Amino acid sequence: MNEFFNETTLLSVASLVAIGSVAAVVLYVVAQKFKVIEDPRIDQVEDLLPGANCGGCGLAGCRALAEAIVREERLEGFYCPPGGNQVMQEIAEALGWEAGEQTPMIAVVRCSGSRELSPPKVNYEGAMTCAFAHNLFTGEGGCPYGCLGCGDCMRACQFDAMYMDRQTGLPVILDDKCVACEACVKECPRDIIEMRKKGKKDRRIFVSCINMEKGGVARRNCKVACIGCGKCVKECRFDAIVFENNLAYIDFAKCTLCRKCPPVCPTNAIHELNFPPRKPKAGKEDAPAQA
Amino acid sequence: MGKLTVSGSPHFHTEESVSKIMYGVIFSLIPAMLVSFYFFGLAAIVVTLTAVVSCMAFEYLIQKYLIRGPLTIFYGSAIITGVLLAFNVPANLPLGILVIGSAVAIGMGKMTFGGLGKNPFNPALVGRVFLMISFPVQMTTYPRPTAFSTQLTDAVTGPTPLTVIKDGLSRGEKFADLLAQLPDYSNLLLGNIGGSVGEVSAIALLLGGLYMLIRKIISWHIPMAYLGSAAVFSGIFWLISPETYPDPVFHLLTGGLMLGALYMATDYSTSPMAPRGMIVFGVGCGLLTMIIRLFGAYPEGVAFSILIMNAFVPLINKGFKPKRFGEEIKNG
Amino acid sequence: MGGVHPPENKFAEKASIEVLPPPKTVFIPLSQHLGVPAVPVVEKGDEVKTGQLIAKGEAFISANIHASVSGKVVKIDLVTDSSGYRKKAIVIQVEGDEWADGIDLDIPLVKECQLGREQIVQKINENGIVGLGGATFPSHVKMMVPTGKKAEYLIINGVECEPCLTADHRLMLEKGEEILAGISIQMKALEVDKAIVGIEANKPDAVEHLKNLAGPYPGISVEALEVKYPQGAEKQLIKSLLGREVPSGKLPIEVGCVVHNVGTSFAVYEAVQKNKPLIERVVTVTGSSLKKPVNLWVRIGTPVIDLIEAAGGLPEDTGKVINGGPMMGKALNDLNVPVTKGTSGILVLTDEQAHRPPEQHCIRCGRCVTVCPMGLEPYLLAILSDKKRLEECEQERLMDCMECGSCLYICPSGRPLLDQMRVGKTRLGKLIRERSG
Repeated sequence: MNEFFNETTLLSVASLVAIGSVAAVVLYVVAQKFKVIEDPRIDQVEDLLPGANCGGCGLAGCRALAEAIVREERLEGFYCPPGGNQVMQEIAEALGWEAGEQTPMIAVVRCSGSRELSPPKVNYEGAMTCAFAHNLFTGEGGCPYGCLGCGDCMRACQFDAMYMDRQTGLPVILDDKCVACEACVKECPRDIIEMRKKGKKDRRIFVSCINMEKGGVARRNCKVACIGCGKCVKECRFDAIVFENNLAYIDFAKCTLCRKCPPVCPTNAIHELNFPPRKPKAGKEDAPAQA
Repeated sequence: MGKLTVSGSPHFHTEESVSKIMYGVIFSLIPAMLVSFYFFGLAAIVVTLTAVVSCMAFEYLIQKYLIRGPLTIFYGSAIITGVLLAFNVPANLPLGILVIGSAVAIGMGKMTFGGLGKNPFNPALVGRVFLMISFPVQMTTYPRPTAFSTQLTDAVTGPTPLTVIKDGLSRGEKFADLLAQLPDYSNLLLGNIGGSVGEVSAIALLLGGLYMLIRKIISWHIPMAYLGSAAVFSGIFWLISPETYPDPVFHLLTGGLMLGALYMATDYSTSPMAPRGMIVFGVGCGLLTMIIRLFGAYPEGVAFSILIMNAFVPLINKGFKPKRFGEEIKNG
Repeated sequence: MGGVHPPENKFAEKASIEVLPPPKTVFIPLSQHLGVPAVPVVEKGDEVKTGQLIAKGEAFISANIHASVSGKVVKIDLVTDSSGYRKKAIVIQVEGDEWADGIDLDIPLVKECQLGREQIVQKINENGIVGLGGATFPSHVKMMVPTGKKAEYLIINGVECEPCLTADHRLMLEKGEEILAGISIQMKALEVDKAIVGIEANKPDAVEHLKNLAGPYPGISVEALEVKYPQGAEKQLIKSLLGREVPSGKLPIEVGCVVHNVGTSFAVYEAVQKNKPLIERVVTVTGSSLKKPVNLWVRIGTPVIDLIEAAGGLPEDTGKVINGGPMMGKALNDLNVPVTKGTSGILVLTDEQAHRPPEQHCIRCGRCVTVCPMGLEPYLLAILSDKKRLEECEQERLMDCMECGSCLYICPSGRPLLDQMRVGKTRLGKLIRERSG
């Protein structure tokens, strides 16, 4: 026995080894007993998903979607909006299945009642959440259908695809970041935000108002409200515009983006996005090209 | 007429605000401050000012350059942390050490967790305990009280009553004999004893506590539970063996117990929210303090016991809910 | 338990109730009560008399609505209500003041009620009486005790714990006899032999007055209660008077009580003994900036601005106008909204008083927990609501919150606790309804 390998050190080494061995055996037994056998494909699918856990697929996160796809043994009915068709294709390839195509969608804010066009009549104080303001009153501008401007949609967005424009008080959606997860659509207490077809070259035409009041009343609160005049309905050759409850709605499935309706709207409530600027006398000539 | 304002009810709001509450606490600390200035002289003033200024400076710098959030410096909570930190150190503490303590108190104790209202541990106590462990000698060299002293560092030093008792008892002396070496209880009450800057005068602290109770800044639950449980616990041991255990009155009047019970344990963000939880918290503090004082290595246990109980606050908040209306059906 | 002491500011305490003449046009909303809106029984162009039925409450929880003036129905259209949303209302152009047949306008006080239980309830139903304390729950529904339960006490709420409001106070002083007669009618309808009138101790004259008058009425006692908000909340009132706690999510009948407001008792008296429907009520118009704070008898449907004119006009520096009291009232968007059955007061605040204190950090002072009369933890519920952790909200009994506003009143950091809790309550309520199908 030298001074290093004395009785104390040996004893402690021995006891530690003993404890370690016992613990290892216990851990092994427990691990075997409670082993969960999982389909390895779930991990495989999850790895392909973006991992944002946004809930855009309607399930609680990417893992849940992967589990659902593998459990149901099908891809139909499941779609990952952030990943888009590309990711769905990858998943299909990895699993050796067929993938369907889905039209790319994007969120659209259907209100243009900015501070200037729908001037505030009262002054709101309190929690900056639309959910509360909606129950409390009609909004500073007075329109019972219009955007409240508290930014609940922006806070719901997990992809930084939205911001509140300080000047107008309205949310703005960034085309290149929006993944159509519908979080904002679900959040808006007034159903102002809609998922619409992204359109060719991101071109979209929509009625930027959901006010169902009579024209005069709507107009009193907002200069760019749809007043329900029906001019756009007459203008449309494709029956794409539905007119109901003093409100026009453009069905994006039928709309051919012919650009005929925006100019006829007396309140400029119909918006067209990402089109080239109109020529001074444009309208008839380039319409067929668009269609 | 301008635009009407619309907001949810209620439309009346209390006159009280965060800064009013904070400045109320500072106001209530004035008697204790004056007593310490009287007994420890210029040194106490310098220590208090240094702590306050450095705490405010650290809060400002951290918020301005590290967090880059809104400034909360004018709410007055940094001033309170500064004053309380100063109250918890000896008057002859080298100022450099005190500045380190302030940095730890504000930086580690408060800002790391997100600032005002989010810190789980009392910042002043974090600072004090840090100094206690890092600079044990300087932190336990207490000046003797001398009226209107103008000396800064060379004051005569001496042990606190608690140290005298702890050392004496561990040597096997009797409590009664040891007590005879110490100032009588009226001096303990006034604060004419050795100790940290602000903890010495029980009566001044009680006066401040009374003001806070009347202004409804604090409720009675924590101080009463703390002092009561400490008195009962020490009383039991005193009754069992009066020779080896000090009496409850001695315990209440010495050390940081008064300061701790009235100002440290009642700190809003580090104490439970509901009255029932406050009582549990206070009793826990009282028992731990006495266990440390009677059986621990340190003569004083207020700081440790409050910090330990601070860690239990989230649990207490979960376990001791307020009594819900309609919880027990009483038909009379 | 709990409660706050906001400044009382009862400016109109000494002002006798004055009669406000009918306006030129009244707007009578079809939904002035809790429950299903009434269905109009008149059409555009019809001539109506004061007190004539114009909308019928057909559902079980609904109430009849009567014309509060005589004149011509101009239209049945959407009219802005106090939240700014437009709801259906009957608009009547006033012509003279001709009352419908069968309403006795000035017969002297009738103490004895000869009608039976069923008939009393029917009269209350026909005349569209709703709870006048603010919740506007149809009174006849409250009068029908569910089978298996038994009412033991009738509690009459004369607390008026809302600061500023004095409508009930004045009514008790000026119509004490009628109120007591009304209480005895309600006792008969509920088949109870004990009634307690609870009045906050800051109205000693009303307590004294009703105590003196209550002598000849067997079973009616008058109690002075501690001044504290919300003393007049149904559950708190029962607790203060009888020491009984209504269990969570249950109605007062669970502990053998039925609670009515003093104003409702007066309306019941008029409905049963004089056959007069609920077409007018006392409204306090008050505010520190008003020239002449008043209590007014107002016809239902009168625009709020007319009431403010009667109190000396709208001051220049007005920043907020509240329908109701300062603690639970609703801030108005528009001053042309009509007075409804539930309007107990109009409070005008100056711009200086109108604003909330700036929002600051929660300092975890626990004041909201201390003041919550339901023993909840508003600081926690506000966070959980904000984070949409609804199951936890339910465990923490968010649905027990009665939105009295004590937490938001007391918060030194000016945090919008109640705003967030209301959002949580709406969401949780929806979740619970979905769960139960």
